[in-house]
Amino acid sequence: MTADHPADGLLESDRLRELDGLLEPIAESTLSRLHARLEAEADNRELLDVAVSTIDSPVGRILLAATEIGLVRVAFAIEDHDVVLESLAARVSPRIIQAPSRLESAARQIDDYFAGARQQFEVPLDWQLSRGFRRQVLEHLNQIGYGHTESYAAVAAAAGSPRAVRAVGSACATNPLPIVVPCHRVLRSDGALGGYLGGLEAKRILLGLEGAA
Amino acid sequence: MSVFSVMEHLPPFESTVAAHGATVLRVCRAVVGHDDADDAWSETFLAALKAYPSLATGSNIEAWLVTIAHRKSLDILRARARRPIPVAEMADAPSPDHRSDAFHDLWPLVARLPLKQRQAVAYHYIVGLPHPQIAEIVGATPAAVRRAASDGIAALRRARRDARSESGPQPPREKGRS
Repeated sequence: MTADHPADGLLESDRLRELDGLLEPIAESTLSRLHARLEAEADNRELLDVAVSTIDSPVGRILLAATEIGLVRVAFAIEDHDVVLESLAARVSPRIIQAPSRLESAARQIDDYFAGARQQFEVPLDWQLSRGFRRQVLEHLNQIGYGHTESYAAVAAAAGSPRAVRAVGSACATNPLPIVVPCHRVLRSDGALGGYLGGLEAKRILLGLEGAA
Repeated sequence: MSVFSVMEHLPPFESTVAAHGATVLRVCRAVVGHDDADDAWSETFLAALKAYPSLATGSNIEAWLVTIAHRKSLDILRARARRPIPVAEMADAPSPDHRSDAFHDLWPLVARLPLKQRQAVAYHYIVGLPHPQIAEIVGATPAAVRRAASDGIAALRRARRDARSESGPQPPREKGRS
């Protein structure tokens, strides 16, 4: 006796035929309308802990994420956006929704930057993914102006720990806000590119755009 | 140490919407009808979003969403019953916006089923939950759920046959008539 599955009075094929109509795909337009409503109402009810959106750029697809405080993450495609989203869910909040409206200003400023029409970003930042010395380093980077570069050693000295050159390297490598916080403007003392979390090609493109290469 | 410890964190809520949004909408359409389904869907996902961070990792997210959709649908049906001029029966014709979804002729037939049958059909046949789990959600016995589901399907089949024989240019079913 299979007590768990006594006859429903229907064969599998029967029930599928009866219910075909109920299992048809929902129109894409219906789902996007519902999603837009969810974005707006979640924001109204202060349930939108992390809004995310993606934009296209000369350095590939970029993921943007913002809390209610400000921009919390900028991620290159090379970092794997799915992995980045999982990490945001674990480290910030799992209440993550695609909601481009909160990121409109940041997205427009990044577009303008790549179009050569903007040299500085004016968006509120949420620094929660960066702590301690790494954060000190990253905050200093905003003083390296558009088109200028500094060496890892100079940044270490400016951050108050002249011997922490490697720590500066890892601060840059784990910058949660690349492009906006310009870790691409940090080079090796001999002028070599060093590393970049977006890949060296992206670093070259950014420096070339700024006329600093 | 459980075998589920691999999954230490909840996935981003967006992936839950992407994976289950369509199924939850079908459930809402079946239980509250097309006109109120968007409201039921929105309330379901907002309530789910609110509770999401405290959901145990490894939970059956689909069953959890259906449980919430069940409650939100009942709220909507109760509110509708309290309206000064209640709509006696759910609209037979889906609004134009919904016509893009194929086979829309089946939805009005579902709308005419009694509530318990609509729920059982939705949760068992649309979502695929087993009868005992549905029984927990609706507060009935598994046997009652099983009966409601199969009665619902039988009624749908009859209704569809009647609808076709009324409107369709179909050949007579019985043989031997002249």
